[in-house]
Amino acid sequence: MRRTMPPNFPIPLHAPNRYSPPMTTPDPLTLNSWQVIAALDELPPGLVERTILLDTPLAMTRDRDGLPVVWRRTDEETGDEIDPETIFDRLPVTTGYGFVWTSLGTPPTDLFPIPEYAEPDRVNMSCGSIGIHVSAPRAVENFLDMGHFPYVHTDILGAEPHTEVKEYDVEVSEERDEVLATRCRFFQPRAALSATDGMEVEYVYRVPHPYCSVLYKSSPEAPERRDVIAIFLQPVSEERCRAHLLQSMIDSTSTITELRRFQQTIFGQDKPILENQYPKRLPLDPRSETPIRADKSAIAYRRWLSQKGVNYGVIPVAS
Amino acid sequence: MTLSLTDSTWYPIASSDDLPFRHVYQGQLLGRELAVWRADDGNVNVWENRCLHRGVRLSIGINEGGELKCQYHGWRYANRSAGCTYIPAHPADAPARRIQNRTYPVREAFGLIWSAANDDQPFQPFPGAETGEWFPLRPIPVNAAPEDVLAGLVTLAPDDQPADILPGLAVRLGAAHYFVQPVDSNRAVIRGLLQGQPEDAVTTLRSYNETLTKLRDRLERAARKKPAPEPLQPSFEQVSVDLATMPDIAIPRGNTITVVVKRKWASADGIIGFELAPREGHLPTFQPGAHIDVHLPNGLIRQYSITNGPGELLSYIIGVKAESAGKGGSKILVESVREGDLLSISEPRNNFPLRRDAVRTVLIAAGIGITPLLSMARFLDKSSLPYELHYFTRLGEHIAFRPELEALHGKVQFHTGLARPEIAQTISQTLGEWSHAQHVYVCGPSALLESVRVTAATQGWPEESIHFEYFKNDKVIDDSSSFEVELARSAMTLQVPAGKTILEVMREAGLQVPSSCEQGACGTCLTGVIEGECDHQDVYLNDTEKRANTAILTCVSRAKSARLVLDI
Ligand code: FES
Ligand SMILES: [Fe+2]
Repeated sequence: MRRTMPPNFPIPLHAPNRYSPPMTTPDPLTLNSWQVIAALDELPPGLVERTILLDTPLAMTRDRDGLPVVWRRTDEETGDEIDPETIFDRLPVTTGYGFVWTSLGTPPTDLFPIPEYAEPDRVNMSCGSIGIHVSAPRAVENFLDMGHFPYVHTDILGAEPHTEVKEYDVEVSEERDEVLATRCRFFQPRAALSATDGMEVEYVYRVPHPYCSVLYKSSPEAPERRDVIAIFLQPVSEERCRAHLLQSMIDSTSTITELRRFQQTIFGQDKPILENQYPKRLPLDPRSETPIRADKSAIAYRRWLSQKGVNYGVIPVAS
Repeated sequence: MTLSLTDSTWYPIASSDDLPFRHVYQGQLLGRELAVWRADDGNVNVWENRCLHRGVRLSIGINEGGELKCQYHGWRYANRSAGCTYIPAHPADAPARRIQNRTYPVREAFGLIWSAANDDQPFQPFPGAETGEWFPLRPIPVNAAPEDVLAGLVTLAPDDQPADILPGLAVRLGAAHYFVQPVDSNRAVIRGLLQGQPEDAVTTLRSYNETLTKLRDRLERAARKKPAPEPLQPSFEQVSVDLATMPDIAIPRGNTITVVVKRKWASADGIIGFELAPREGHLPTFQPGAHIDVHLPNGLIRQYSITNGPGELLSYIIGVKAESAGKGGSKILVESVREGDLLSISEPRNNFPLRRDAVRTVLIAAGIGITPLLSMARFLDKSSLPYELHYFTRLGEHIAFRPELEALHGKVQFHTGLARPEIAQTISQTLGEWSHAQHVYVCGPSALLESVRVTAATQGWPEESIHFEYFKNDKVIDDSSSFEVELARSAMTLQVPAGKTILEVMREAGLQVPSSCEQGACGTCLTGVIEGECDHQDVYLNDTEKRANTAILTCVSRAKSARLVLDI
């Protein structure tokens, strides 16, 4: 396990002589899956952008048709001009939900489905990315978790004293190979109204990919339809990720800037908590942490990862 | 010497000044991170820096004075025991007491906080420690192996006055004692103590600081040239299987603790206070509303509520009603148990959990019923949650725990000498119309309970918002069913006919089964259930435990299914 200086260590220490632990080779599923690396509209045509995926440095750009090109980076720097035609050793690439996805192995033809994205009257937007010093699965688990709303997203997604997580249902859908949590309800205060005057918001969560999750939230405007918020995590290393956010909203009154700022506030609140979580990789052994009924979705998620043999960003169950 | 995770030496891990009021300090020893905090009672806690729920550092948590609250989901852990007392996601449930964080031994002495990786060694101050007054130097962190730091300190000794190497990573150089805190395999903190208060503290501190800073720079330069040692790899202890599969409830049984009657006093006319202290260390974690069974000298078992506030585990304080009538239990406690006597008590149980997710909490007590509500009020008080406490007594002299109640900051009202209709009216006004997230807790004679329940119901309070507790089983037991019990370990199958209890049938078959109250109140006859559906009729198990269907009180409860398999 890599150890780094805790951010709030009380006594200032100078650059220590760092020890680097051995690296994990990602399991086949992780290698052969599509992994998100950037928002499409933030990738400049003809210029190099750099990133890291599964400890592997990558470079990317867009060609004349606007299609992304991704390859293993050698000495390219951000902002270098490049002719995409000169790049031969390309990694597989696809675009989906406004993002660029690649793979270090042999990916499937399709990305997991989010059918709502195609509905004509929705506003789809990518809401930026945020780097978090924690594993991607820990970030997924945080996304599935309602219990922290009153403490971490105070007065936005929840507020003390309304802390109860009511019973909800979880299943692992065999046919779609995803974790599904339904009938999730949480008391949400409305900003302008008094604390006693809130409403119960209903959520549905899907985990269709080990590092991605999609949330459906009852929309105040059209109760029979739902706002969609998805989080795609880029596993940078075992203990670092970048969270890329997508919103697909029915809301016609808020501006894109407002909606973006809202999501960034939410993730900005999660970041310091997640970065204080130990171990940074998600422990899959049921006895490593203490789950409660409210954590049913997390329990199912951990089990699902275990069954799939995911080993990257997790601490597998000792055999 | 190489560092070991199991090194049982006591090392300083912080200065006393690092622990101001309601602060949580992040320390580190032998590769382990520690959350160090001082409770309002002065006790210093050194815990593993990790919430048992989801691993968030407790050093970013909130010190509430008697409990530490995690930032992520608000779990609360008690001062001293580190036991979890509250899980906000399930506000109506009492958390399993065995959710308990890892604690490390601690001692505060000579202006420093000392700790060790385990309990294997008693704390032993360095030679000569007790004789003087000590002045702590500013701590100097060093990025170098602790052994190298000690060796470096030794080189500071002048030629004519060799260093005096002490046990542990410590050394005496003239008037200064230096302790190397082994943070990890390549990090250390030098903590120094000077004998006596120096005349010019500022100059003295500066001069020591200069010397040590130079030493640090030298040590770090040398360390950078060496390969980095592998950090220590402390492992986190696994939680128990029960906890890992939390949705199932395990009901603790049978463990008793011996306590000393430390104090016995008349808290009010007709109410005697008892302070029960452990013979050493502290008592187990309890939650507000919890009670203990007291095993009386005459073999009877009686339940008494704990009145303590959060994190008060050095003793439990209970109130006992001195009943004039010859009721066995209380009478013996009041008349024949004296200060200094030993008693046996059970671990605390909670059938009266306090939700801390209310916008308004109303506590209504009469007489001795104040005891659990005093504890609740104290918890709400410490967390600055809104509550009001109404206490009905016939006479002013009957107000028990008056000084304790007057020390609370919330709305505490004594209602003395009211006639029945006035009491009813006060209750009705107090309750008012119900609105979301309001809860009422009642404890007292059954007339009061009834009055609050009826009034609350007519004023729109839903059943889940009205909380009370039974110590006696007043319910009429329905023993009309007949079924079969299989005793798994005794390899016996018995028929339980209508009109007979499981307990009676087992005894008739020659089994030795312990029991006490035989009315489903004391828990003595608790038996594990392996198969079948219970028809619980007791008042001992709480709702969650009843739903779990894993144990039964054989003196009153029966089966809904045709067959019941018991673990006996
Ligand atoms: S991680 Fe501490 S309460 Fe959940
Ligand atoms: Fe969050």
